[in-house]
Amino acid sequence: MRRLVIAMPLLSLALGLGACSGGDGGGGTSAKPTTCTNKIVHADATAVSVWAWYPNMAKVVDNFNNAHTDVQVCWTNAGQGAPEYAKFQTAISAKKGAPDVIMLEADQLVGFEIQEALVDLAPYGANDVKAKFSPGAWKDVSQGAAVYAIPVDGGPMAMIYRTDVFAKYGIKAPPKTWAEYADAAAKVKAAGGPNFGDFGSNVPAVATALMIQKGAHPFTYDLAAKQDITIKLDDQATKDVLTYWGGLATRKLIGTEDQFTTDYIAGVVNGKYATYVSAAWAPGYLTGAGVGSGAEKGKFAVAPLPQWDNAAPVSVNWGGSTFAVTAQASDKKAAAEVAKGLYADEASLTDGWKTQTIFPLNQDVLKSDAFVTNKVEFFNGQTANKDIYIPAANAYAGATYSPFTVYYYAQLQAQIVKINSGRTTGDQAATDLQDIMVKYAKSQGFTVR
Amino acid sequence: MTAIRSSSGRRGAVGWLFILPFLAVFAVFLVAPLLYAGYLSLYTKGLATGTTFAGLDNYTRAFTDPSFLKGLWLVLRFSLVVIPLQMIVALVAALVLDEVTGRLARFSRLMIFLPYAVPAVLGALMWGFLYSPSFGPLEQISSLFNVQAPFLLSQGNIFYGLLNVVTWQWSGYYMVIIYAALKSIDTSIYEAARIDGANARQIALRIKVPMVSSAFVLILVFSLIGTLQFFAEPQILGPIANGSVTPDFTPNIYAFNLAFAYAQFNYASAISFALGFVVFLAVAVFMVATRKRGSIFT
Repeated sequence: MRRLVIAMPLLSLALGLGACSGGDGGGGTSAKPTTCTNKIVHADATAVSVWAWYPNMAKVVDNFNNAHTDVQVCWTNAGQGAPEYAKFQTAISAKKGAPDVIMLEADQLVGFEIQEALVDLAPYGANDVKAKFSPGAWKDVSQGAAVYAIPVDGGPMAMIYRTDVFAKYGIKAPPKTWAEYADAAAKVKAAGGPNFGDFGSNVPAVATALMIQKGAHPFTYDLAAKQDITIKLDDQATKDVLTYWGGLATRKLIGTEDQFTTDYIAGVVNGKYATYVSAAWAPGYLTGAGVGSGAEKGKFAVAPLPQWDNAAPVSVNWGGSTFAVTAQASDKKAAAEVAKGLYADEASLTDGWKTQTIFPLNQDVLKSDAFVTNKVEFFNGQTANKDIYIPAANAYAGATYSPFTVYYYAQLQAQIVKINSGRTTGDQAATDLQDIMVKYAKSQGFTVR
Repeated sequence: MTAIRSSSGRRGAVGWLFILPFLAVFAVFLVAPLLYAGYLSLYTKGLATGTTFAGLDNYTRAFTDPSFLKGLWLVLRFSLVVIPLQMIVALVAALVLDEVTGRLARFSRLMIFLPYAVPAVLGALMWGFLYSPSFGPLEQISSLFNVQAPFLLSQGNIFYGLLNVVTWQWSGYYMVIIYAALKSIDTSIYEAARIDGANARQIALRIKVPMVSSAFVLILVFSLIGTLQFFAEPQILGPIANGSVTPDFTPNIYAFNLAFAYAQFNYASAISFALGFVVFLAVAVFMVATRKRGSIFT
């Protein structure tokens, strides 16, 4: 451990270096695109540096560069999600080293907007592409008239399930409500079956989406009044949802394993979980992790997300990313062109949805015949887009995120761990979460209403 | 007079020249960052307020912050268990290896030392695999007997899971330190003891252990500093520990997350300094305590 004394600064050094590599300019300039992962087609065009982690990004960048003579993308994969945000955050604090264009998940935008790290794209023609997206998707990237990013993909949520497990334990139809879901879970477990689902602590975004589905409205925040925030995490909806999942977990009807780990994927492969409450990009992720091939081929199907009240169904979203232009971009106009045009061409989008690595939000795709009628191989030929995901995406109303999503997720995660082990109740967790978040917001200088 | 002075002056200059490369690295990579962190810790930055001068507010906040105190309490408890455990394992191994000779002894010495040669991160990754409920041997062995293996990274078990990793990694290193000290003892002392009628056990406990007690002090200081700064193992095992490793698990992990996840570089600097102060205090108390009694073992 003593080596950690050394390891710690080294680690931060590595993070810093990652963020600064190529950046030699003074205050507030972005990294010079010197080391690109891709080939620059038109060497004399303006180069725009991009951080992104889409699995098919190499193709997407080539498509862009081949089609543009005035602007060229210089792409780097700076990590997926949190590691990239950490580097970006470091670059913001250091006032140099950020790329011109950065891939950010929608729930992270406000946190960077408030630091004035992102550029309002409305003056750069963002509204030209507004019509291509649903109002919900557009709401996620805008603050009033300001537009801070261009959406690429989303994550309408649904319930993936194992047809073999359902058949074996006599679950005839996928549960339509959460009450039915709990009943089915009890039935499968009583018959000696596997976990019905999983409530992993490391997917607080899922828990938040499920809270919103019940009618929770955790944060009300508007950048126009940037010091004011409303936090409502101890409402009945939040309490109900946390109590519901905590109940399933403590009755051992569902697993409590963290997701995206090798152990979890092994469980999905081996039929340890009957359902996976997840987003539209999950089939692509699972396929990439080796699920659904060999013996499990064709054993997965998808059904709409169970509802609290089927008379008033609510669609929710998990994940999905955008391209934003950073305040450190040297040529903001060129950067905005990249944000609007990258991963927006038909060839890239088609490649993305065919491999199911993204669920595009571009309406041209969502309405295209090929996409709508696509028989998804992972789901044994089910027309999952038409039946499940497109309706869910269209019904998504958008959400309001706080400027401290990372902190909020960490606190929610801690509460989920406690709930899952029965050390706190859903009600208590919601109350505690509210207190913690209000205290934090105040310490950050917000006026909490 | 003048000749002597100038020659000693020149010798001094030569000395400085030899130290210079180290001094430069030391100043650039240790002193300067420390000063900068100290400067940062005096300010506070709120997302909504911007940067303001805070004086020592961050330090008052640190020492009343339940996250920091909880993490501190964990590493203190961890030190209390892991340090004696490592020392006993290292001492026993060193005493045994001191007695035996030959190829097997050399081989054993290398094997016991080997975990230290494995980088901490790789060691943690390896243990992560061994602990895995799906792939790990623990699970496979226990499934033969139809029982569920305990998950050593669960909330209740992670303390012991980490204890095992750290002891495995460091005991060999401490063994080598004690072994080296044992080898420097004049063997005629053993001869004299044997003539006086002492048996092997008495020689080990009455002669060898007291004579290497200064090595213990060294090990204690090393491992105390290391354990209080616990970081890599929980950080690496965190993602597969189902949430047992919280963002404030140890003070160092807390500081890391404050800086790089929550963008609170100022408060993170204060936490780092507060931890540094605690480490300094702990070591100072220990040094004074051992000096007074000459050695802790006499």
